[in-house]
Amino acid sequence: MQQTYEQHFYDVVIVGSGLAGQRAALEVAPFARTAVISKVYPTRSHSGAAQGGIAAALGNVDEDTWQQHHFDTVKGSDYLADQDAAEIMVRDAAQVVIELEHMGTPFSRLPDGRIAQRNFGGHKYKRACYSADLTGHVMLHTLYEQCLKYGTKFYNEFFVTRLFMKEGRCIGLSAVNLADGKLHSFFAKAVLIATGGGGRAFSITATAHATTGDGFALAYRAGIPLEDMEFMQFHPTGLYKLGILVTEGARGEGGYLINGKGERFMEKYAPGMMELAPRDITSRSEQTEINEGRGIDGKDYIYLDLRHLGKEKILERLPQIHDLVFKSLGVDCIKEPIPIQPTAHYTMGGIPANLDGQVTIDSENTIVPGLFSAGETSCISVHGANRLGCNSLLDAVCFGRRAGKAMAKYITGASMPDIDEEQIKVSVKELDEFKSRKGEEKVASLREQLQKGMMVRCGIFRDSEKLSAQLADIRKLRGRFQNIGLEDSTSNYNFELMEALECSWLFDFSEAMVLGALKREESRGAHSRTDFPKRDDEKFLKHTLIYKTDGEPRVEYKPVVITAFQPQERKY
Amino acid sequence: MAERTFKIHRFNPEKDEKPYFQEYRFEVESGWSILDSLNHIKWNIDSSLNFRRSCRSGICGSCAMRVNGENALACETQVKNVKGSKIKIEPLPGLAVMRDLVVDMEPFFEGLKKVMPYFVTKDSPPDKEWLQSPEDRKKLDEPIKCILCACCTASCPSFWFDDKYVGPAALVKSYRFVFDSRDQAREERLDIVNDREGLWRCHTIFNCVEACPKDINCTQAIAELKKATVFSTV
Ligand SMILES: Cc1cc2nc3c(=O)[nH]c(=O)nc-3n(C[C@H](O)[C@H](O)[C@H](O)COP(=O)(O)OP(=O)(O)OC[C@H]3O[C@@H](n4cnc5c(N)ncnc54)[C@H](O)[C@@H]3O)c2cc1C
Ligand code: SF4
Ligand code: SF4
Ligand code: FES
Repeated sequence: MQQTYEQHFYDVVIVGSGLAGQRAALEVAPFARTAVISKVYPTRSHSGAAQGGIAAALGNVDEDTWQQHHFDTVKGSDYLADQDAAEIMVRDAAQVVIELEHMGTPFSRLPDGRIAQRNFGGHKYKRACYSADLTGHVMLHTLYEQCLKYGTKFYNEFFVTRLFMKEGRCIGLSAVNLADGKLHSFFAKAVLIATGGGGRAFSITATAHATTGDGFALAYRAGIPLEDMEFMQFHPTGLYKLGILVTEGARGEGGYLINGKGERFMEKYAPGMMELAPRDITSRSEQTEINEGRGIDGKDYIYLDLRHLGKEKILERLPQIHDLVFKSLGVDCIKEPIPIQPTAHYTMGGIPANLDGQVTIDSENTIVPGLFSAGETSCISVHGANRLGCNSLLDAVCFGRRAGKAMAKYITGASMPDIDEEQIKVSVKELDEFKSRKGEEKVASLREQLQKGMMVRCGIFRDSEKLSAQLADIRKLRGRFQNIGLEDSTSNYNFELMEALECSWLFDFSEAMVLGALKREESRGAHSRTDFPKRDDEKFLKHTLIYKTDGEPRVEYKPVVITAFQPQERKY
Repeated sequence: MAERTFKIHRFNPEKDEKPYFQEYRFEVESGWSILDSLNHIKWNIDSSLNFRRSCRSGICGSCAMRVNGENALACETQVKNVKGSKIKIEPLPGLAVMRDLVVDMEPFFEGLKKVMPYFVTKDSPPDKEWLQSPEDRKKLDEPIKCILCACCTASCPSFWFDDKYVGPAALVKSYRFVFDSRDQAREERLDIVNDREGLWRCHTIFNCVEACPKDINCTQAIAELKKATVFSTV
């Protein structure tokens, strides 16, 4: 029985210690009692896996402007991004990067000592600031170091299970301490959700085991809608069968994509940008080659070829990739081409939030008091239907920072919520019920069925039949999930329980994604319907909002903010 | 595909009086890492086995453990490269075992916190970036690869016998700032590590270099820090 629990009171509680969460913490902690809760140690967060870079029009290499960055982002989004939000992000970008540098981030350098910049897909100019192929890693460590400097309070290996909502306001949350299984409740004036993406809904994914859609589901269950969930980015270069990412930087440095006939097939699909076309286009091109029998030996993979770059360049610019490919596949990319396939990568949709990271609940953008969101979990929406590479580190840091500032302001006018015994009771009961499930079903097997179904039916190419079948399947699997059996009844480091909770998030995440995809009868950005192959601005130039209800989820829409650029056909 | 036997350290302080080894034998698919094998056990054979993992690509530092007597990342260790009839998997040594392969990481992070593990500048920053030449930046190539996995510190006999010793990972972090041309707290940093529980606890036993999955030469970094302290006190 789950009886022991502790209570904590803070001005601000941040869920997630990735780039978004820690950047927010740095901004707000000097002004407010702040706690950062994370299910992994801060430096283990998935932001550390980002290799390629962070976009900012510094103009250190090419002449560049934020206006051009704005246009590239909006065009990349297939015109679904809110242009006011995208503008804020690209205008903040230079300062955001310079601040990171001032905190010590070891960016790679130009001969004159300024930050180096390289090409990245969909960006017109050399705009990606990077640190070899360890960009996210060095940024994450730098922010962690700064948090240590300022004595930020971390609750590491605490797993958030529920948001506390009262009269439409968020007043806190409950979290299990994984070390001893105790449930803690946190009450706060403001809560920030920065829990990353949900790539684990798919069988082939570039994301970490911990990327299980937690924040999406926490919000969804608390009555917050999820926005534009149908847009899932598939990255063109995942290691064959493993899904592990080879950075786009490898193509930025000049790598080729080669099909089974030895052709650089991107010539057919995006002659202007070749391998550096945006990800949705490149992934679809690969999948088309594979589907039409032009994979390597007719199989479901193609090659990423770096050999012509030469040993020196590979070892200097892409050292981690060289190591990773060798350790994972035994392939030496100096001498051999790398077998790759598209891999589930980034969740464009998420918790709707405004320019200050305040969560909104409807098409009028009505604010949910006390609740903020930033990073991959949020949908502000700067990426629209397709995110450009290097724009998500920027999104995480830029809006983490803005949300931090906004929370610092918000708490001065907000009252401390009272303890709510009822909320505590509900979360205790919920967890107890979960732990006591002693049925026949296995979590791992249900999760695998979900992941395979999502990959095949809600992957790169979708249609109404596949999506309907997947929706029905999710519901069946979720029903069976009620009947899972947990074998481990102990409470310290019980990762069986954690994985079961994570699997339950994935059902909510997937349901919203599939339903959004089914209702969106057009093709836009990463969402490609073979039964509706054209973009349809008349009907679908709008954001999807999906609400959890007791029965069928409710689908609503909200308008896209268009300021500078009228939608055009997207060609590269 | 080949059958392999895994001999895995088990311990749950809630119910076991003492640790024991449990064996699992199963078909390992080609290309599987140690982590894939552990996941296979957890998902298909015995869900009570516990270990940390996240990125499965050698960057998050979660999955450090001892494989056939050597500290390594489970996700970066291919089963086919592990010799012997049985693959023995144990938690990292030198840190308290919390459960199965999960160790208490707090002493490791405490060591890190002691060395002023953050960038410091005293002049007010320029409008743009601090300049740094590619040559100066290159000096950081090795230490910034550190993923704080603790393979090194947990292999260090000096740390086993004295957990107040900050350990090689913390010293690598100190090195990362001492040799950063932009940093302005070199003297304080050297002062901190120039201590019995710092640099001088290291007896150049080289275990840490062997252990580091990111090929960081911890001992060299320590040697250079020692040199720097000697020169700065002259
Ligand atoms: C392999 C890879 C490479 C990438 N490369 C690039 C790139 O080059 N450029 C770019 O711009 N973008 C890149 N991206 C995308 C980018 O890295 C991510 O979108 C971004 O880092 C997300 O940051 P975040 O702070 O939102 O979340 P994360 O870094 O994922 O952090 C999530 C945090 O939430 C915590 N958390 C989650 N659930 C819970 C819970 N229930 N309870 C408590 N804590 C919880 C976790 O512990 C973690 O601390 C890449 C992504 C991948 C997968
Ligand atoms: S060289 Fe020093 S730090 Fe490394 S293992 Fe030996 S004593 Fe420890
Ligand atoms: S120096 Fe190497 S072994 Fe030590 S913590 Fe860093 S990466 Fe791990
Ligand atoms: S799982 Fe991240 S380093 Fe092994």
